[in-house]
Amino acid sequence: MSKSKFKREFPLHMMLLPSVIVVLIYSYGPMLGISMAFQKFIPARGMIGQEWVGFNNFRSLFATPDFVQVVFNTVYMAFFKLAGGIIVPVLFALLLNEVAQVRVKRLFQTLVYLPNFLSWVILSGLMIDLLSPSTGIFNLFITKLGFEAIYFLGDKNWFPITMIVSDIWKGFGFGTVVYLAALTGIDPALYEAARVDGANRWRQTLHITLPGMKGIVVLMSVLSFGNLMNAGFDQIYNLYSPQVYSTGDILDTLVYRLGIQQAQYSVATAIGLFKSVISSVFVVMSYYLADQFAGYRIF
Amino acid sequence: MKTRKPAKIKESIWRRMFLFFNTAFLLAVGVSCLLPFVHMLAVSLSDKMAVSQNRVVFWPIDFTLKSYEFITQSNTFMNSLFNSVKRVGLGLAANLLLIVLTAYPLSHEKEQFHARGIYAWFFIITILFSGGMIPTYMVVRYTGLLDTLYSLVLPGAIPVFSMLVVMNFFRQLPKELQEAALIDGASYMDTLFRIILPVSLPALATVGLFSIVNHWNAWFDGMVYMNRETNYPLQTYLQTVIINPEHFFRNTTNLSSQAQSIVNAINVRTTKSAQLFLATIPVLVVYPFLQKYFTAGLVMGSVKG
Repeated sequence: MSKSKFKREFPLHMMLLPSVIVVLIYSYGPMLGISMAFQKFIPARGMIGQEWVGFNNFRSLFATPDFVQVVFNTVYMAFFKLAGGIIVPVLFALLLNEVAQVRVKRLFQTLVYLPNFLSWVILSGLMIDLLSPSTGIFNLFITKLGFEAIYFLGDKNWFPITMIVSDIWKGFGFGTVVYLAALTGIDPALYEAARVDGANRWRQTLHITLPGMKGIVVLMSVLSFGNLMNAGFDQIYNLYSPQVYSTGDILDTLVYRLGIQQAQYSVATAIGLFKSVISSVFVVMSYYLADQFAGYRIF
Repeated sequence: MKTRKPAKIKESIWRRMFLFFNTAFLLAVGVSCLLPFVHMLAVSLSDKMAVSQNRVVFWPIDFTLKSYEFITQSNTFMNSLFNSVKRVGLGLAANLLLIVLTAYPLSHEKEQFHARGIYAWFFIITILFSGGMIPTYMVVRYTGLLDTLYSLVLPGAIPVFSMLVVMNFFRQLPKELQEAALIDGASYMDTLFRIILPVSLPALATVGLFSIVNHWNAWFDGMVYMNRETNYPLQTYLQTVIINPEHFFRNTTNLSSQAQSIVNAINVRTTKSAQLFLATIPVLVVYPFLQKYFTAGLVMGSVKG
C-alpha cells in the first residue's frame, strides 16, 4: 500500500478506533478468558499466574450424569421452540392472508406483535401470576371446568411444555409479520391466471402462496438453526425452580449457577466453551446455508 | 399495497363460512394476546380484598390507585427507574455514535478503503463466536466496571448486527452524494455528518429503537455486574420482586399513618402488577414506531453487501 493511500484513508481508521477498542476488550478479551476452562481459576491470582490443569474440568464435566441431562434439556426445548417458532407464524400468515379487510389484518398484527418487545422479566411476572395453581386465572378456569389444577411451572413434566408454548407465544407475532409481508409481495397476476385455469382457493394456496413464501421460510428456518443451543436463559431463569431442574435446567442456567452463584469459575467456563463451540458451528453453518439457499448475506 | 381481487364471481357458501370463522378465530387469538396485560392492569387497580379472593378478572374491583401511590413513594422503585432512564440515555447515545462511526468507513468500496475486509471480519467474528458468560464477567470485573453504569453500556456499546443494518443502508445511497462533497474537499467526518446522516434517518430510527428497547429490557447484566441494589436498573429490580414478592414489603413497619392507610389497601399481587405495568408503559409508547421500523430494518439488513 502506498503512503499517500494510507494518508488519505487514515481518517477512516480513526473513526473505527473507538469501536475497535471496545470490541477488542469486551468481545475478544473474553475469548482469551476461555483459557480459564483449562485452569484452576482463582480471581485473586490475577490474569496471569493461574494453575493449568489441562482437560480436567471437561473430564469431570462429562462424568456427571446431570450434564448429559442438561444438554438434552437444552436441545429438546430449543428444537421445539424453533420448530414451533416457524410453523405457528406460517399458519397464521396463511390464515391472515385469506382475510380481505386490511383493518382486521392490521389489528391482528398489532395485537400479537407486542409481547415480542417485552422482556422475559415482565412476561415471567405475568406468567407466574396467571399460571399459579391457587390464584392464577388459568387454573381458576380449569378447576371451574372440574379438572384438577395444573402446576405449569412446578411440575417437571409440564415445565418444558410451558416454556415451549410461552416462547412461541412471545415470538409468533414477529414471524407472522415477516411472512405476511412476503405474501403481499406475490404477483396478483399469478392468482388471476390460476383462477382462469379453474384452480380453487385451496389449489391456489398450495401452488402459488406456499411456493411464494418458501424462500423466506427457508431463510428464517436456516437462521434460527444457529440457536439450537440457546434454549432461552432469560425465560427459564425467571421461571424455573429446584423441583423442575431435572427437565428444565439448561446449559446457560447451569453456567450461571456454577459460575456466578457458586464461584466455580473454571467448570462454568468449560461448560460455556462447550456450548460456544457447538453454537459457533451451528451459526456458521446456518449463515452458509442461508447464503446458498436464499442468497442472504449479513455482509 | 394491492388487494388481491374484487370478488366478481359469487363466493360459495363454504368459502363465506370459512372467511367468517377465520376472521373470528384470528380476532380471538389477537385479543387473547392482550388479555394477560388487561388482567395485570385490573389487578393493579383493585383493592387487595377483591384480589385475594380471586374475584378480579379483566375489570378492576373496588378501584383504587393506592398500589401506584405506594410504588411512587418507594425509594427502590423510583431509584431503579432513574437508573434505567440514565442507562437508556447513555446506552442509546453510545450505540448510535459507535454504529455510525463504524458503519461509515465499512460502507466504502474496497478500492476506497483498503482495510475494509479486515475490519469487517474483526466485527463479524464476534457474532459467530463469544467468550461466554463467565469470561465476560471477569473482563468487566478486571476493567473496574462493577457497580458502575458503564458496565451496562460499554460491553455492548457497538451492536454489530445494527451496525450492519446501517452499513447496508449507507451502501445503497447514491454514490454521487458523497463523491461530490469529497471532491470539493470536505473531510470524511463532514461528509458523514452533513451529507450522509441527514438522509439516513429511517435507518438510524430503526437501530435507535432497537437500542432503546434492548437497554430498557436488559436485566441480566444489572444482576451480575451490580452488587449494590441501589445500582439496579428497573428490570433487574423487578426480577428480584418477581422471584421474591415479599421483599418489597420488608420496610413497611414503622410507617406514618398516611402510609399505613395505603398499605392497608394493597398487597403483594397488586403492587407487583402495578410495577410490571409501569415497566411496560415505555414499550407501549414506542410500540407504534417499532411496528413501523422494525421489519423495515430487518429487510434493510438483508440487502446484499
